[in-house]
Amino acid sequence: MSATAAIALNVFRESVRDRVLYNLVLFAILLIGASYLIGQLTAGQDVKIIKDLGLSATSIFGLFIAVFIGIGLVSKEVDRRSVYSLLAKPIHRYQMIAGKYVGLTLTLIVNLSIMAAALYAVLAYMSWGVPPDVQKAWDAPALDPAMAKALALTLVELMIVTAIALFFSTFSTPMLSAAFTVGLFVVGHFSSDLRNFEQVVDSPASAALARALYWVLPNLAQFDVRSQVVHAQPVLLGYMLWTMTYAAIYIAALLVAAMIIFSRRDFK
Amino acid sequence: MKDVTRLAAVAAVIALMAAAIRVQAERERRYPSEVSESDALYLTSGPLVSRLSIAYAPLAADVYWIRALQYYGGTKRKLAAEPAVLTPPPALAADPAGQYPLLYPLLDLTTTLDPRFNVAYRFGSVFLAEPYPNGPGRPDLAVMLLEKGLLNRPDKWEYMQDIGFVHYWYRQDYRAAATWFEKASRVGGAPWWLASLAATTLAQGGDRRSSRQMWTAIHESAEVDWLKRDAERRLLQLRALDEIDALQTQLSDFLKRTGQLAATWPALVRGRVVPGVMVDPTGTPYELTQDGAVELSRRSPLWPLPVEPQAARVRSAP
Repeated sequence: MSATAAIALNVFRESVRDRVLYNLVLFAILLIGASYLIGQLTAGQDVKIIKDLGLSATSIFGLFIAVFIGIGLVSKEVDRRSVYSLLAKPIHRYQMIAGKYVGLTLTLIVNLSIMAAALYAVLAYMSWGVPPDVQKAWDAPALDPAMAKALALTLVELMIVTAIALFFSTFSTPMLSAAFTVGLFVVGHFSSDLRNFEQVVDSPASAALARALYWVLPNLAQFDVRSQVVHAQPVLLGYMLWTMTYAAIYIAALLVAAMIIFSRRDFK
Repeated sequence: MKDVTRLAAVAAVIALMAAAIRVQAERERRYPSEVSESDALYLTSGPLVSRLSIAYAPLAADVYWIRALQYYGGTKRKLAAEPAVLTPPPALAADPAGQYPLLYPLLDLTTTLDPRFNVAYRFGSVFLAEPYPNGPGRPDLAVMLLEKGLLNRPDKWEYMQDIGFVHYWYRQDYRAAATWFEKASRVGGAPWWLASLAATTLAQGGDRRSSRQMWTAIHESAEVDWLKRDAERRLLQLRALDEIDALQTQLSDFLKRTGQLAATWPALVRGRVVPGVMVDPTGTPYELTQDGAVELSRRSPLWPLPVEPQAARVRSAP
């Protein structure tokens, strides 16, 4: 097994040991509880609301994992001084960064897969026995396979967030890394405002700066297709491919930057 | 820690919690807390709430939708429980929305956060248009909400039908209603009967027969149970109106024939006017007033009966 794969597996095992997967229990309780309560509160919109809730909860839980584990991936090793014994082994520093990233991504994939299965199970239960004429009134079927597209893009978005957290983790404290990562997540959802900044300011220089920031900062809003999916609006394959390609390049850039910084760090 | 000590500690925690609950219950019994009935909507700007909800605007829309339903249902129930305010107080008559001040802002927020929230437009418009005490009596806001929906989904013939319905039922503006029904009929996928509904509305707008036709159409096209049940109730109300008219005619004949005002059912049974106590379509007996009029009982699920649109009163075109 290569060093990267060994580190990745270790990160996954560590997250399981750290009871990260306990969030799945919370997710299941949230969905089951909501499905029971919401049916009585929403005037026939229970399936739509469970979809909204399930897809949003998947993203929120994933965000917590990506941020709060991602920020400690490197700094924890440094604080515990386990980085010395790790780097004394025949592995390159870039392998450590890559392994940490792959490990956390694996944790996210397992988490999201189980959450997706739970969401489909709850929706199957809710739509069980519902007359076909009532089902016809829903925007999209309860077990709509298109939800997988929203879940896939959520995973890709979380992979970017993980890369951001890991990047900050290589040179900053966990507290600051968390603040920077959450800040970038929020900014990433509003970055399109920067593109049209010239409409609110007169200064061409400010507008140009805003435009530059728009291109440099991660554009995370494009990964949010949850509303389209819930309302059965089409999410085209071409769109998915373009956004995923963007994510792959952006992640690669962040990881390379993290590897450069980490390789230059002096642990004496 | 030994097992026994641990068990004792757990038992102590449970006992302390139980004691705290008991003390709280006793305090509430002796000094009841004031229940605040004031509703508040701290954020009224849709774009602001949309920003604050970051990537989770549809979920925030669901929360506001549930709040709108609870608010509407709660206010309606509160008003129904106070018979004294079943007719609007004078101060409220000038501003009928005064009893439901948050309804439109809540629906506006819901539909701003999720512009495709179909049911929020369709139910919301009914809630807004319903006259006091069942709603704020604001058909103008109902139309505004549906027009907002049309901006987002111009192909939704259901919203056009609903606008026509608001003009028909709540504004008695049959020409505007017919225009919207006709507009809806031209949208791809719209049902065939919308065109005939437009023609009937223009020709006979306001009579009970065309009202029945419209509610039957709504009943058939309703996508959700609530709307279907509401249409069923309206159809039963129209039946009750027919029955009240028929009974009223029988009572007038009795008065002409005998010169007596029949104010009780036994008197009418004895006079062979009716075979027994007459009941409405839900099985609740009709009531007779002292001046010989037949009325729907306030205990009936059909109460209050709608104020019928005046026949053939065609207002200005939209």
